[in-house]
Amino acid sequence: MSAELEIQLIAIMVAIACSLPGVFLVLRRMAMMSDAITHTILLGIVIAFFITNDLSSPFLIVGAALMGVITVFLIELLNSTKLVSEDSAIGVVFPLLFSLAIIIISKYAGSVHLDTDSVLLGEIGYAPFNRLYIAGRDFGPKSLYSMGIVLLLNLIFIILFFKELKLVTFDPALAAILGFTPTLIHYGLMTMVSVTAVAAFESVGSILVIAFMIGPPISAYLLTDDLKKMIILSGLIGSINGILGYQLAAYLDVSIAGSMALMTGLVFLLIFIFAPKRGLLTVLRRRRIQKEDFAEKSLLFHLLNHEGEADELKESGIGTIAEHLNWKKDYLDKIINRLEENGIIYIEDDTIKLTEKGRIYTIESYEEIMYET
Amino acid sequence: MNLLELILTDYTLQVVSLGSALLGIVSGVLGSFAVIRKESLLGDAISHAALPGITIAFLLTQTKNTEILLLGALISGLIATLLIFGISNYTRIKFDSALGLILSVFFGAGLVMLTYIQRIPNANQAGLDKFIFGQASTLLLRDVKLIALVGSVLLALVVLFWKEFKIVSFDREFAESLGFNTDRIVLLLSFMIVTSIIIGLQTVGVILMSAMITSPAVAARQWTDKLSVMVILSAVFGAISGIGGTLISSVIPRLPTGPMIVVFISAIVIISLGFAPNRGLVFRYIRNKKNQRNVNREKILINLYELAMKHDKIGHGHHVLTIDPDIGFDKIGRKNLEKQLENFKSKGLADKDYEDKWYITEKGIEYVKKYILEGEM
Repeated sequence: MSAELEIQLIAIMVAIACSLPGVFLVLRRMAMMSDAITHTILLGIVIAFFITNDLSSPFLIVGAALMGVITVFLIELLNSTKLVSEDSAIGVVFPLLFSLAIIIISKYAGSVHLDTDSVLLGEIGYAPFNRLYIAGRDFGPKSLYSMGIVLLLNLIFIILFFKELKLVTFDPALAAILGFTPTLIHYGLMTMVSVTAVAAFESVGSILVIAFMIGPPISAYLLTDDLKKMIILSGLIGSINGILGYQLAAYLDVSIAGSMALMTGLVFLLIFIFAPKRGLLTVLRRRRIQKEDFAEKSLLFHLLNHEGEADELKESGIGTIAEHLNWKKDYLDKIINRLEENGIIYIEDDTIKLTEKGRIYTIESYEEIMYET
Repeated sequence: MNLLELILTDYTLQVVSLGSALLGIVSGVLGSFAVIRKESLLGDAISHAALPGITIAFLLTQTKNTEILLLGALISGLIATLLIFGISNYTRIKFDSALGLILSVFFGAGLVMLTYIQRIPNANQAGLDKFIFGQASTLLLRDVKLIALVGSVLLALVVLFWKEFKIVSFDREFAESLGFNTDRIVLLLSFMIVTSIIIGLQTVGVILMSAMITSPAVAARQWTDKLSVMVILSAVFGAISGIGGTLISSVIPRLPTGPMIVVFISAIVIISLGFAPNRGLVFRYIRNKKNQRNVNREKILINLYELAMKHDKIGHGHHVLTIDPDIGFDKIGRKNLEKQLENFKSKGLADKDYEDKWYITEKGIEYVKKYILEGEM
């Protein structure tokens, strides 16, 4: 396998492994938990390092994953006092733990290679150089295996607890009544997030972990209403982001992790604008149509209200109506033109009047609003 | 003594302390609004989103002039803010997801630019990454002047638009119904929060800036229910931790300033959560205990009353366990129960017969009828 292929394969695995817990983070409004965890695992690594004194010890990974869960616990503890809202709790806890990590590193680990830059920024480009050798034979890059294991674990967790996760995500109260423990599922999910972050940060850095955990799931969220489809689509979009990001980075010779994060943003932007049902263009068009429909009906009610009254000429006069409705002239003209074309209103003696068809339509609309919901 | 001498003589330390203190004041004041509006993580997202602005400003101008780099940061921070609000207003994507996305994508774009700059011959990018982790020790007098200038403009705007900011922070719909242009006010407030974040980047860095926005305000919130007091307290806490963090890190070797400021302000948060009057956890614990005691006291007396009602004559004694089996079986509970009964006896509400059994007196019955049962009806 060439190095390029290996990097892209690792990227795909990271993307899918991240998107699995990411979907639930996004749906449960806990997206920023990924930000907190990816930063605080540094403290776990640092503490584990000072206990074991070995940078390649597997306890570093255990320590990091544990610190991720502790972070979640501390945030919830703070939140449960009801003195601090959840977002503030995150904003207080993670900078403190991260600061402690930086202080310990700069105070005691000056001689040791524990680089804060690489934890945050990562560089997937180096992943192929760190290879797994068994009995002298080359079995490919190590991160391919570590990410593979994490991806498998995440898949197993989601498949085994799909029903529980779904219930806890969409109706935590019902879940509690039915006897599921939302706390257990919650901590299971959070353990998954921190294990994934720990396994991935080494090769891609924490920023890309956040991008992969949030970007693809929210892109998929704009395309489907079905949870299963959302999970599959997220994995797919994440993989595409990884591959495109790598190609861009290779072409420009820039940071691979950064370029994958950038690509995640660009793909999201496209979906954000053009998604068929929930994209920006559709939403704007729908809002405009609703606004025009509302304007049309308001105008018709106004006409019906003043029909046959002494001040009809003033209230519904072609020159004075804009003032009475307090609308802009050209917007009003547009609405009047369309209603006239549809045969709902006509203009006689400089007064706007309802046609017979228009009167029926107006009364129907009125009743629809007043008596039906 | 040593410390005092250092403050009085060390010019660099004076400059850095002043800068950190000013920063603490500005971020404390604007952070209060962010915390109340539940947008405290905006600080985190915006500080990350500033990176591409810094790199593009450097690419375009080829200078490392702080003002120009910060201007770039400000522009990209503002774009990021608009995108975050746009995404959460126009789709069903929630605010926190929008924050996370923009944070990581913008920072990723910044990394791409940074690595791109590294490849340009003669472009000396060294020093750009000080914005990522912050280097308070490199603060110059002109940087502090910049913080002071921008900070005073921000504070003046807060004073000027105090009423508007207050009302949109607590009840936006109400503000709208009164005819305020809430969109414009919220936008101005958000832009001011962004600006306060940007001027702090150089001192504490991208990652820790969110603590400067959140923590002073969270600490201040515990001591008061009034916004004006909260804002002032928050500014004071911010200033204290700015100076405190700087001093500690200058006295002890190899201690980074930014993280030290964060540890300092976090300590203030913990103290506030614990000991603030009214809201603090210690205060709350004592109050709960007191309430519980009162409830127990009434419960015991009512039990005695109800037991008495089941018998013909007053003075029919009952064993302690009959009076309150819930707490009577517990060793400590029984002791407390007996203590309470003795207390009733001293007030003449209950009495003990020759077998150490308890009964309620006439006076006790009157008391229950008058003060306890009355209230329930």
